[in-house]
Amino acid sequence: MSKHQPLLHITQRGAIKWYKALLIRVLAFAAALAVCGLLCAMVTWEGGSATAGMTLPERFVAFLRDLCNAIGRIAQVVFNASFKSDRVVWKTMHSTAILLLLSLAVTPAFRMRFWNIGAEGQALMGCLASATCMILLRGSGMPDWLTILVIFLASILAGMIWAVIPAVFKATTRTNETLFTLMMNYIATQLVAFFCVVWENPKGSGQIGVINQSGEFKHFGWLPSISEIFPGVAPSFKGNNYLLNIVIVAVVCVILFFYLSRSKHGFELSVVGRSENTARYLGVKVRWITIRTMMLSGALCGLAGMLLTAGNDHTLNPTLVGGRGFTAVMVSWLAGFNPFVMVFMSFLLSFLSNGASDLATNFGLNASYSDILTGIIIFFIIGSEFFIRYRVHTRSSAESGQEVV
Amino acid sequence: MKKIIALLLTLALCLSCVAAFAAEPVAKEDIKVGFIFLHDENSTYDLNFMNAAKEACEKLGVQYLIKTNVDESQACKEAALDLIDEGCNIIFADSFGHEAYMIEAASENPHVQFCHATGTRAHTEGLDNYHNAFASIYEGRFLAGVAAGMKLNEMIESGKITAEQAKIGYVGAWPYAEVKSGYTSFFLGARSVCPSATMEVTFTSSWYDEAMEKEAAVKLISNGCVLISQHADSMGAPTACETAGVPNVSYNGSTVSACPNTFIVSSRIDWAPYMEYMITCVMNGEPIDTDWTGTIETGSVLLTDINTNVAAAGTVERVEAVKAALLDGSVQVFDVNTFTVNGEPLTSYLADVDSDAAYTGDTEVVKDGAFQESVFRSAPYFDLDIDGITILGN
Repeated sequence: MSKHQPLLHITQRGAIKWYKALLIRVLAFAAALAVCGLLCAMVTWEGGSATAGMTLPERFVAFLRDLCNAIGRIAQVVFNASFKSDRVVWKTMHSTAILLLLSLAVTPAFRMRFWNIGAEGQALMGCLASATCMILLRGSGMPDWLTILVIFLASILAGMIWAVIPAVFKATTRTNETLFTLMMNYIATQLVAFFCVVWENPKGSGQIGVINQSGEFKHFGWLPSISEIFPGVAPSFKGNNYLLNIVIVAVVCVILFFYLSRSKHGFELSVVGRSENTARYLGVKVRWITIRTMMLSGALCGLAGMLLTAGNDHTLNPTLVGGRGFTAVMVSWLAGFNPFVMVFMSFLLSFLSNGASDLATNFGLNASYSDILTGIIIFFIIGSEFFIRYRVHTRSSAESGQEVV
Repeated sequence: MKKIIALLLTLALCLSCVAAFAAEPVAKEDIKVGFIFLHDENSTYDLNFMNAAKEACEKLGVQYLIKTNVDESQACKEAALDLIDEGCNIIFADSFGHEAYMIEAASENPHVQFCHATGTRAHTEGLDNYHNAFASIYEGRFLAGVAAGMKLNEMIESGKITAEQAKIGYVGAWPYAEVKSGYTSFFLGARSVCPSATMEVTFTSSWYDEAMEKEAAVKLISNGCVLISQHADSMGAPTACETAGVPNVSYNGSTVSACPNTFIVSSRIDWAPYMEYMITCVMNGEPIDTDWTGTIETGSVLLTDINTNVAAAGTVERVEAVKAALLDGSVQVFDVNTFTVNGEPLTSYLADVDSDAAYTGDTEVVKDGAFQESVFRSAPYFDLDIDGITILGN
């Protein structure tokens, strides 16, 4: 050996064939399930009593059997968590849609390498604006269509304002947008917490409950359900309360795909993302594009807030977005900023989070356990991206030119 | 369009009411109770409910399912719908914030009975299958207060503190009626035996936050409070007391095993009688009360065993005597002669019994020389700030 070679070394891959990428992802997912199974088998293993009197190899076999059972049970529970009934399927589709909308929202900014991690706060501001309209406008005698229009505009504006503030600072004083958008989340959370106390009912409880749930202003400012739009649909239709939100998100998804890949705006974004100097040379107004794109990002987050508060949950509290604004960052990244791939990634993550929470219940473990399982699975998914982008060589394979993965 | 739909829905509701009234008895084997709990067994509050749920269902021999860590959000409605999918015909939720979502689920599932602890809206909502329940826990708190007052007297007599230093600290969750009613009755109990007692209250704005509850207790102790009690659900305050060696009156259940040197007594609601009641009603096809208030007599309001190592001598006997007086009516917890508000005795008060957004008082609750708590609805509505209690800001 003429020169020193490290045991493992890593090189960047060129283009990877799609089936290879898929294979790596499937393997990663299988590995994630196996590790979760191992963990479940370990924490629920009956140990001593069941295996008393066994020899060591027998114990090992017993453990393996438990492990296989655990994996089988996990797969079943995870699948059932999202597919056991019509209602649950609709619910999964709805949570997919909300996560997708937030992922779509952060994507234009990501395309120009503006790291907006403030989707959580921007969406929360949309929720706050919707709730404000629903509470303050009730009793004004406004017709339903006008109320919903006002809620729509207010939510979009609120999300937009929350996104534009860091964009303006970035464009004018080159502040760090990652920190700025992150900090804006906390301000939004505290603002919402404040208004929860302003509108709390009963006094002192710190809770708003379901806004306009009953009484004189029943369902004022609520987005209509499908059976209200199309009287032919029975209210017992399981997707009744979810379908409108899902359709809105689907439309946004298609529009955003064309905006990013076929429009002049989309092209400008990519150029700014690749190199600001090139963009300037081409005559692109970088500052304006930064601001315009963040307005779009914020508007879509605000829309997500409206779908949550006026569309589905009809409430306001600081955890309403529930971290989905951050998960969206991951969805957008993992999907390579492609809106259609995001549909799949959002579904996968919703599916997993449903599964993890049911797993904890089924194995009689507490809620933190489902976070651990989700963490393991996400770790493997992100890890698989590494193997898709890079190739790992060992010392011997580097000599013979073979690849390991 | 919306009006027609509203009309149709109302019609459907009316029809379902008729259906609900004509409820058939349900065979024991077919009964399945679904429980929705805010936290898990680490919370003293939820553990108290969990024990009652198991006790009641096992006693009556019915099936049950438990969902823990259900947030006070849409998740509660989803949990209820899940339980219905699993075949539950009674749904029970334990946290105040679950109420709005229970009502949502109840209005969509008229054939299922929904019972909610601590809620306030069943009597105004007009749903036949939605019910509230609570207990006259202010009586239990009053008795626990008597034990606290005895301890204060003991400290004064032994010269450990002067009469003016008899200050109690109280860690509350949220500043609303349920908590205010609780600490006020506790304080009145303590002052009934130790007239110089005062109290400081601080709020954590959370039902379960161990670190914050601990910090609040430490703050109160450093302010000079010589005895601590709490209405929040973690072990934060009791363990802070054990560390500091300050006597503690607990809630929801005995904390004596973790705090053997400071635990005096704990009041708690035993939910098993209510759970047995609601299940029996469904079994017999009888309607469940819209507002059910458990009392000392129904076995719903209990005191745990008094820890005689910490409690003052004679506490057991004194508490028994006051309990008997509460039962025969010779002592009333919120007797208007025992407290003042802004220096004035209370002669009349309109309480917000029918909760509304503007918190307008709607019901006269001062009658027969006392504030009538848990009479006009099961959940507490005593939300006055009486003299002698100081509320600390954060």
